Amino acid sequence: MATTDVERPGVTPSGAQYLAVQASPEFKELRRTLRRFVFPTTAFFLIWYASYVLLGAFAHEFMATKVWGNVNVGLLLGLGQFLTTFLITGLYIRFANRDLDPKAAALRAEMHWVEQ
Amino acid sequence: MNRVLAAGQLGNPVINIGIFVAFVIVTLAIVIKVSSRNTNATEYFTGGHAFTGRQNGVAIAGDYLSAASFLGIAGAIAVYGYDGFLYSIGFLVAWLVALLLVAELLRNTGKFTMADVLSFRLKQKPVRLAAAISTMTVSLFYLLAQMAGAGGLVALLLDINSRFAQSIVIAIVGVLMIVYVLIGGMAGTTWVQIIKAVLLIAGAGFMTVLVLAKFGLNLSEILGSAQEMVREATTKGVAERDVLAPGAQYGVSTMSKINLLSLGIALVLGTAGLPHVLMRFYTVPTAREARRSVVWAIGLIGAFYLFTLILGYGAAALVGPDTILKAPGGQNSAAPLLAFELGGTILLGVISAVAFATILAVVAGLTITASASFAHDVYASVLKSHKVTEDEQMRVSRITAVVLGVLAIGLGILANGQNVAFLVALAFAVAASANLPTILYSLYWRRFNTRGALWSMYGGLISCIVLIVFSPAVSGAKTSMLPGSDFSWFPLSNPGIVSIPLAFILGIVGTLTSRDTGDPELNAEMEVRSLTGVGAEKATHH
Repeated sequence: MATTDVERPGVTPSGAQYLAVQASPEFKELRRTLRRFVFPTTAFFLIWYASYVLLGAFAHEFMATKVWGNVNVGLLLGLGQFLTTFLITGLYIRFANRDLDPKAAALRAEMHWVEQ
Repeated sequence: MNRVLAAGQLGNPVINIGIFVAFVIVTLAIVIKVSSRNTNATEYFTGGHAFTGRQNGVAIAGDYLSAASFLGIAGAIAVYGYDGFLYSIGFLVAWLVALLLVAELLRNTGKFTMADVLSFRLKQKPVRLAAAISTMTVSLFYLLAQMAGAGGLVALLLDINSRFAQSIVIAIVGVLMIVYVLIGGMAGTTWVQIIKAVLLIAGAGFMTVLVLAKFGLNLSEILGSAQEMVREATTKGVAERDVLAPGAQYGVSTMSKINLLSLGIALVLGTAGLPHVLMRFYTVPTAREARRSVVWAIGLIGAFYLFTLILGYGAAALVGPDTILKAPGGQNSAAPLLAFELGGTILLGVISAVAFATILAVVAGLTITASASFAHDVYASVLKSHKVTEDEQMRVSRITAVVLGVLAIGLGILANGQNVAFLVALAFAVAASANLPTILYSLYWRRFNTRGALWSMYGGLISCIVLIVFSPAVSGAKTSMLPGSDFSWFPLSNPGIVSIPLAFILGIVGTLTSRDTGDPELNAEMEVRSLTGVGAEKATHH
């Protein structure tokens, strides 16, 4: 390969073919499935993280409230951030394996005109 | 930073050097072994897309857990308590942005560099140039932080106190890094990251177990003793700190609270814009493997930050803030001092060598990213309009790596003694301002066009750098880089809260004020490729 652009090997598929795939119900369904999970989840963890940082910056008294021994609310909320991060990762993996991969694979199989 | 520790007081420099040399020999042997595969550009820049998700995930953890995370965060927790913990939470949660929004689509769309994705459906030359400039800026900031850390670490670990001798060690680190990158390419660099990540996480895990065992697995006990030691501290201003609640570092005025917010925003949005992290997604064959690598990375990085929480409070409880602040390297010496306290000379030697290897590995990863971006985006695309062979790109990349290495050695010697965690946080702010908005828009917004990309990237990059230059981080405060002069007018030491929203807005305004709606066929191709992986799902096997 002599050029260095993004690889487009073999028979170059036409733009019209990509437009057709983009307009197909199967592709729209894949995109909708992805966005329906990813956007709300992102909004959730960003808001939860932002609330945590805001509490850390402005609500020192509240964060210092003792819960058990020397363990206080701030520490528990911080560990809660770890927990939700692990949880969201797990949920996303299950979702992507179950809902995204089969749809993407089916579309790839349709597009035999793109050299794999 | 004072350098008064008497010779031999902390461990045995011979053992420290010995363990480090062993690491270098073993990794160099591996790098030479895998380098036989570096026969074409795909092999050199991406390891032939042939790493598994798990291998790449461990390597990402290796890339990400820099000396700043290990020494810096443990030290900040030991001295400031809770506010140090906030860093690690931002660093971790940031991975969800990469996992959910960026990793897989990026893997499906690009080939070698971040600019491949950004310029896919926009005007190639201007967008590639902008992406390459921001890639190199972010990498240089990050590089500087690591090299600066190397100097302080050397002072502590090898008991080398003269500025000149430290400079020689920085130069040795730089030369080793150049050797790794030149011989090993991405495959060699990845293996160095993997080995280092395993050593670092295992070492931190082992120390955590020792600390927990000392306190009978009672977290509350560790926290209590840490607070106790802080209360008895004689260092000025330390004793009145409540290290179990936020506010010890960022709590005095409203401005410092806003500064904390700004830092929080930069941390959480920076990761998915770090070019050396993004480039790692090209070392795996498919989007599915890219996903698996992020999962491994999140697991390992999360576990590691939980360890640093225990290590930080453990260092406060067992070593005490007075001893830590008086040691050469100050805060950064908390983890090594704790290692000495727990396991004597041998454990200190192991942990020191691991910390040193960490700097070496991260620096190599940054160098290959920046040099690949120069060769692939600036030289091949912008200067030569793609009329170069891949061999020539590799040659240019290797020359760039040498130039960058020399530059990093020079800057590292100059920056020796600067605050490491601070420099890394700035790299995150630049990445979040200059890169993330354009990455997200080009993956999710069909209308997005060239003007939007250029406004957002240059606007984010320039505003971020200008605000840093005129912030108390550079001048006008005791802790500034140039404490002697004062030309600061921007009150925050982290510019994220201003420059990141600005870059997002500029992307929208630039796009909408231009009539350019792009090429619908290219837009369709990018969207179809990014979501289905068509055309990209192939690994080279040799």
